[in-house]
Amino acid sequence: MSGHSTYEPKTSFERWLDVRLPILRMAHDTAIDFPTPKNLNYWWTFGGILAVCLVIQIVTGLVLAMHYVANAGLAFNSVEHIMRDVNHGWMIRYIHANGASMFFLAVYVHIARGLYYGSYKAPREILWLLGCVIYLLMMATAFMGYVLPWGQMSYYGAVVITNLFSAFDRLIPGVGTAITTWLWGGFAVDNATLNRFFSLHYLLPFMIAGVVGLHIWALHVPGNNNPTGVDVKSKEDTVPFHPYYTVKDAFAILVFLLLFSWFVFFAPEALGHADNQVPANPLVTPIHIVPEWYFLPFYAILRAVPDKLIGVLLMFSAIAMLFLLPWLDTSKVRSMRYRPMARWFFLIFIAATLGLGWCGGKLPDDVVIAVGQDAVSGEPTGFTVVMLSRVLATYYFAYFLLVLPLLGLFEKTLAVPDTISTPVLPKGGASMPTGATASPEKKG
Amino acid sequence: MAETAHETHGEEPHRRDFIHIAAMATGAVGVAATVWPFIDQMNPSGDTLALASIEQDISKVTPGQQLVVLWRGKPVFVRHRTPAEIAAAVKDDHADMRDPATDASRTKPGKQEWLILIGVCTHLGCVPSFGTGDYGGWFCPCHGSVYDTAGRIRKGPAPKNLELPDYEFTGPTKVKIG
Repeated sequence: MSGHSTYEPKTSFERWLDVRLPILRMAHDTAIDFPTPKNLNYWWTFGGILAVCLVIQIVTGLVLAMHYVANAGLAFNSVEHIMRDVNHGWMIRYIHANGASMFFLAVYVHIARGLYYGSYKAPREILWLLGCVIYLLMMATAFMGYVLPWGQMSYYGAVVITNLFSAFDRLIPGVGTAITTWLWGGFAVDNATLNRFFSLHYLLPFMIAGVVGLHIWALHVPGNNNPTGVDVKSKEDTVPFHPYYTVKDAFAILVFLLLFSWFVFFAPEALGHADNQVPANPLVTPIHIVPEWYFLPFYAILRAVPDKLIGVLLMFSAIAMLFLLPWLDTSKVRSMRYRPMARWFFLIFIAATLGLGWCGGKLPDDVVIAVGQDAVSGEPTGFTVVMLSRVLATYYFAYFLLVLPLLGLFEKTLAVPDTISTPVLPKGGASMPTGATASPEKKG
Repeated sequence: MAETAHETHGEEPHRRDFIHIAAMATGAVGVAATVWPFIDQMNPSGDTLALASIEQDISKVTPGQQLVVLWRGKPVFVRHRTPAEIAAAVKDDHADMRDPATDASRTKPGKQEWLILIGVCTHLGCVPSFGTGDYGGWFCPCHGSVYDTAGRIRKGPAPKNLELPDYEFTGPTKVKIG
């Protein structure tokens, strides 16, 4: 799809530049005249939305770093200073804090779209893997950013996440402790930890930007997938990126920014935790600590297992599943639009993941379905959150390790159209161009 | 001429191979020596290591109370146990436990009433809350680990008992931790 360029330098300056640094040619070929499948729906606008999120986070973060002090004794007050004294500081910080949530909201939609339409399948495996790397970097960045205000939730979030590595003491005694001591720069989460987290929190977004560049490069080699999952066969199947998708993306971005603004201006603390308004105290853990909403499903998986090491390993494997996905799904049909069984398994998968998120926000021993009453305390007993987490986590892993590998072999798929255009052309006209245009390039 | 001779007896190592290997090995050592300071700088610094022991007056802690002191950035529990709490812990010495330990091994001889522990849950590092949970010891709010009145893990995901710091009694009501 990349290859011939339609760029024609119009002015003498553009001609001069084009033989020295063809940067305008590159911009033209990737963002203006890039041939894009003509049937992309609104689920495809989240790539553009994510690019906007990244820019918003970098710009607001840059500004916040001008006022923030990365010191255990001063950090909490410097955030209060930003909120109360810095001109527009409250708004910039709320944009940054809610921006993280919006970023994850968009990335989860983006990932789910890829899962449903088979965007991870050949020849887009590298594109998918780069996306997974971005997701990992996002999680690391968000986690370290959440530590910086140095409230109680910041502090104990850092304690719990860094302590995950101490689980490796079970494999080789001492190694886990050595890793945590090295991460902390001391014997507990303290000033040294805060300082390095600030340094890395500043670095990682630029690494994300770099991998996004590779992600877009890898996208532009095979070109976009589309809702039918059928390869582009001819020029008839595409439209130029500009103005068709620049306009569609811009509209979606504006709608998304409405939601974003609603959070920033009307419910800026809705996604936060009240305990983070209390300065970090290493002597007292808040009664109910939970991670930010976007980590809750993984947190539920961690807690579902009574064994520390296995819990930690399962939590990491939940993300590793995404990396293995291109080789786990055996179906030849990309889009689940033509996979009647896979659709249901996918919907249950989404429900299970949301359910895990719900479990992650509850206490492990909370009762979901009351069966009886405790004889002594009179409290209800029955099916608890931990049990529900176990059921849902089992389905989460089964979806990747059993359903997708086996379903591809046994599922009876619906008829896949020959081209992107076939389903939308009138019945009579459909068969003719199909036979005429599809065959020459059918080698795939 | 030498070239062709080498090619025919291909397997034989010669001086050039030695130079390559020696150069690569020296380079690898150089890279490792350069990278190490950038990794090791993240380990605890000199001043962090220097703050390694504290002295604490415990005369004001009455039976049934717990004092929490900060040592190396971590809370240390100094618990003045009641006879009932000690009896409960001793009674369970041979119960089925994940990390078996007798009550006596958790305290200093003759100072059984003083239980001194690092107040960090061995699961993921939260601070367990005092006097709660099924065994009257501690309960960790983060992931529900339950410790008894000897600080031993009895229920929940934590793999080990609450750790014992190095400490000694420097007087009847004085303890040096670290």
